[in-house]
Amino acid sequence: MKGLPVTCDDLLFRYGPDAAPMRFDCTFAPRTITAVMGPSGSGKSTLLALIAGFERAASGRIMIGEDEVTQLAPARRPVSCVFQDNNLFAHLDVATNVALGMSPGMKRSVSDEKRLTEALAPVGLSGYGARMPGSLSGGERQRVAIARALVRERPVLLLDEAFGSLGPALRETMLDLVADLQRRTAMTVIMVSHDPADARRIATDLVFLKDGTVGAQGPVGELLNGRANADVNAYLGSQELPS
Amino acid sequence: MAGTLLAALCTVAVGALLVQAGGADGAGAVLADPVVWRTLRFTLWQAFWSTVLSVGLALPVAIAITRMADGPLRRAVLALFALPLALPQIVAVLGVVALYGQRGVVTGLAEQAGFDPPSIYGLTGILIAHVFFNLPLATRILHGALAVMPAEYERLSAQLGIGALARFRMIDWPAMRPAAAGAAALIFMLCVTSFAVVLILGGGPRATTLEVALYQALTFDFDIVRAVVLTLLQLAVTLAAVTLFALAGGSVEAGMTIAVDPSRRFAGNRTAGAVLGGALVLIAVLFVGAPFGAILASGMASDLANLMAQHRVQRAVLTSLGLGLCAAFLAVGLAYVLSRGAVALAAGRRFAGRPAIAETVLASAPSLILVVPPIVIAAGWFIALRTVTNVYAAAPYLVITINAAMAMPFAARLIHPAMLAAEARNGRLCAHLGLFGMARWRLVTWPVLRAPLVAALAFALALSLGDLGVIALFGSEQVQTMPYLIMQRMGAYRTQDAAGLALILMIMTMALMLAAEHFARRSQMIETEGNSQ
Repeated sequence: MKGLPVTCDDLLFRYGPDAAPMRFDCTFAPRTITAVMGPSGSGKSTLLALIAGFERAASGRIMIGEDEVTQLAPARRPVSCVFQDNNLFAHLDVATNVALGMSPGMKRSVSDEKRLTEALAPVGLSGYGARMPGSLSGGERQRVAIARALVRERPVLLLDEAFGSLGPALRETMLDLVADLQRRTAMTVIMVSHDPADARRIATDLVFLKDGTVGAQGPVGELLNGRANADVNAYLGSQELPS
Repeated sequence: MAGTLLAALCTVAVGALLVQAGGADGAGAVLADPVVWRTLRFTLWQAFWSTVLSVGLALPVAIAITRMADGPLRRAVLALFALPLALPQIVAVLGVVALYGQRGVVTGLAEQAGFDPPSIYGLTGILIAHVFFNLPLATRILHGALAVMPAEYERLSAQLGIGALARFRMIDWPAMRPAAAGAAALIFMLCVTSFAVVLILGGGPRATTLEVALYQALTFDFDIVRAVVLTLLQLAVTLAAVTLFALAGGSVEAGMTIAVDPSRRFAGNRTAGAVLGGALVLIAVLFVGAPFGAILASGMASDLANLMAQHRVQRAVLTSLGLGLCAAFLAVGLAYVLSRGAVALAAGRRFAGRPAIAETVLASAPSLILVVPPIVIAAGWFIALRTVTNVYAAAPYLVITINAAMAMPFAARLIHPAMLAAEARNGRLCAHLGLFGMARWRLVTWPVLRAPLVAALAFALALSLGDLGVIALFGSEQVQTMPYLIMQRMGAYRTQDAAGLALILMIMTMALMLAAEHFARRSQMIETEGNSQ
């Protein structure tokens, strides 16, 4: 599941006939972590929904590697998602939730059982298979979601504020886990976050959105240093800018 | 206080029945009558099949509607599915006969296609009418359960590529199961106590229910002992059913609402499944919409101008509106008081913990009326008053109170959640700012509750306008409502007149229902806006 590049080529999208149009033109480098940032309503989650196939663009193309995926159904795109909440079906146990990533028809074989046990180890949840999501902490639930994304072996991982509801220390742990897994699997990670610290911690590149368009894109270090882009600086505010 | 009133209404009725039963020697003879047992068996049998068909068919329809892209089309389907709830049974039956009766449109088409459709009188017609009423009801309940599923579930299923069957088994069914149990419970109760449908479509003693047998015992045979025994049997059946459903985990109240969900869903793909779902929804829409069209067509064919000029018709319209308005205001008033009591207790409970017994009692009091159906109360009072006064002179008061009691649970289902949400959102703030009494009512309570109260009033009025059960017993030359007049004209084989009157009554109730839905939606928007803050 070596990471593939993701390209949004002049994507046009609007939520309704009266809604403001959004236009995305950006590239996500393969085998790297790219952060997507921007004010609320700037289209971060919409961009991810377009890449995942939950929303359809009115025009434009989405390329993942060599293939155009613009019209593909979500299940046929080489991407996995982790949302902020409700990543797990609350009435199914952890093992079943992860197994859905291997065979959505729910026919589990013996080798699957073995893979299932192995899948929970890298996220630090060995032996959690029989637990129900309700008995897990917020961080543990997100770990299960990541485990499921791993067993799916898709080259692109989308994180839509996946750790937004976790405390600072836990969030750092989870980010490090993602960075570690990304190094091992070399997948392409696209991560929506509103905290510049998240981007600085693990992302290489940054795509900055403003009013439904791409305001800036480039290496994290350059864009967040306070000298590159006025919009980014306005978003960061005085606290976050290095003096 | 409201609870006491309601309890008194039922207690007097049941008490009168028990006294009568105790003093009668004929009770044993009635119980030995095989006709009574056949009636009981048919009552349960038709209710069972009505429930199975309604809920069974509603499962795929609800899933298909939930998968539809959110937009005017889906909202229109859901709005159409809310209408049968308030369509007077007698009007619906006329529509069903116009379609599936001997000279009906559908019957004609089926005969041309070489089929020999069964007569509508008997189980077939009763089931068609009951499914017409309850398929949309069940669909809306099930859709409601699916719509509150986290939006991510839909996206996850799409991304993981879970197939239709696996998806139903693992995701949709677990989400719908409690709602399906609740819907089944409610529909079984409604069908076990079904009156107008069976009265008109039931064919003789072979297809009659306890309620209709009771009505016949009181009006045609004037066999009080028989009526008492039948009423008590009916009561035993509804009590047993409610207990069984409560044990099985189904709640009878779940379906008594007309609110719809405003959420945006992931639209899904244009696959074979979507086409199949669309076809399914279309068939359901045709099935539910056709009787409305049939009533409209046959009503337009009647001499409406002449009908409206008739003194009797004018008086029936006014009587209906007068009695209905009184009943609606009483119903909303009772529902308001009961809801306020329940909400106050809930607020006292402070966030955590299980609801206290008193709170549960207050919250479920409205459903008492499902256990003691209106016609049982009516029969009880009929028997009790018979010895004291002229029953027909007391008619208006009884029609008002019993119809109010009947509409109250539906009103409460609209008012209670809005009140609970308002209290949860504003309760602390009001306490903090020292807003009490009239000031709080004017500034906080009334603006929030206006929409649900108006919705409840319109809904209760529509339900009262269409009721035939109580007026069938107490109606006379002096006191006639629209449904009663329709029944009279039908009995006199003035089918054209009945069709015209049915159209008038349909327009009255459906206008109210659309108003109710409009206000219910507005009230819901106020609720959701508050939640997102």
